[in-house]
Amino acid sequence: MNGAPRWEMGDELREQTLPPVDRMRLIKYAGASGDFNGIHLLDDAAEEAGLPGIIAHGMLTVATMGLLFSPYLEHGYVKTFHSRFSGMVFLGDVLHVGGSLSAVEETGEGLLHTFGVHARRDEDTVASGEVGFLLFRR
Amino acid sequence: MTLYERLVGLRSEPVKNLVERGAVRRFAEAIADPSPLYTDEGVAAEGRYGRLLAPPTFPRTFDYGRVDGLRLPVAGLIHGEFTISYERPLLVGDEVLCSMQLKDSYDKTGRRGLLGFLLFERTGDDPGGERIFTTNDVVVVTEAVRRGMGS
Repeated sequence: MNGAPRWEMGDELREQTLPPVDRMRLIKYAGASGDFNGIHLLDDAAEEAGLPGIIAHGMLTVATMGLLFSPYLEHGYVKTFHSRFSGMVFLGDVLHVGGSLSAVEETGEGLLHTFGVHARRDEDTVASGEVGFLLFRR
Repeated sequence: MTLYERLVGLRSEPVKNLVERGAVRRFAEAIADPSPLYTDEGVAAEGRYGRLLAPPTFPRTFDYGRVDGLRLPVAGLIHGEFTISYERPLLVGDEVLCSMQLKDSYDKTGRRGLLGFLLFERTGDDPGGERIFTTNDVVVVTEAVRRGMGS
């Protein structure tokens, strides 16, 4: 068991580098989420939609940014999650996800820590947003 | 008139969903989330809730019912933004009554031509009527897709 995190304003969550996006990942996510839109799975469907290739589900990228908080789930939970999508993710893309603490607020439930989060491929941000992580009082 | 304007404010009949252990395990595997609190009942039993947790974006898998008259194009929609807020964590075994509403529909003309914006709200309540979560999505309909819809 990890101890409870002690975050200070401006602290960065260690950026994580994910394995290259492959078709099996998208097939698994389609099955688990129920989103079988062809542009995520089938070359023909992507081509018909005018895309250079199949693209990852946007919600998979959101879930990937959520991985930043899984080490802390004994001590709190993701209370709010906001993501804006700004780029498409293709097969073979390597995403890096990270975040930094931008606000702390005392609430009845505990300390709400707001992090700016991002998912990027090299210098291209494909999604960004904010996560409110509620850290419980002991 | 913007796309779907006459449907704004309509809400679907709530649908009962169950947070199933197997569905949560498959979802956690699909997003490669290693937290044992999603999959290991022994670890979860020692934790604050005594039950397995569901990942924050898991409510994406629920059935939210249908808004009468709302038929979205199958292809070409762009997901612009996603927001979820929880009143409490979602746990395996929870029964959740889910429904959705088209909150707004407006058009904007930009670099990419005429874009239609649709704002959807989805909610999940426990059987006692207490809110568990609310999600908000912005979905963009491009001009090409709109032409295909014949509007």
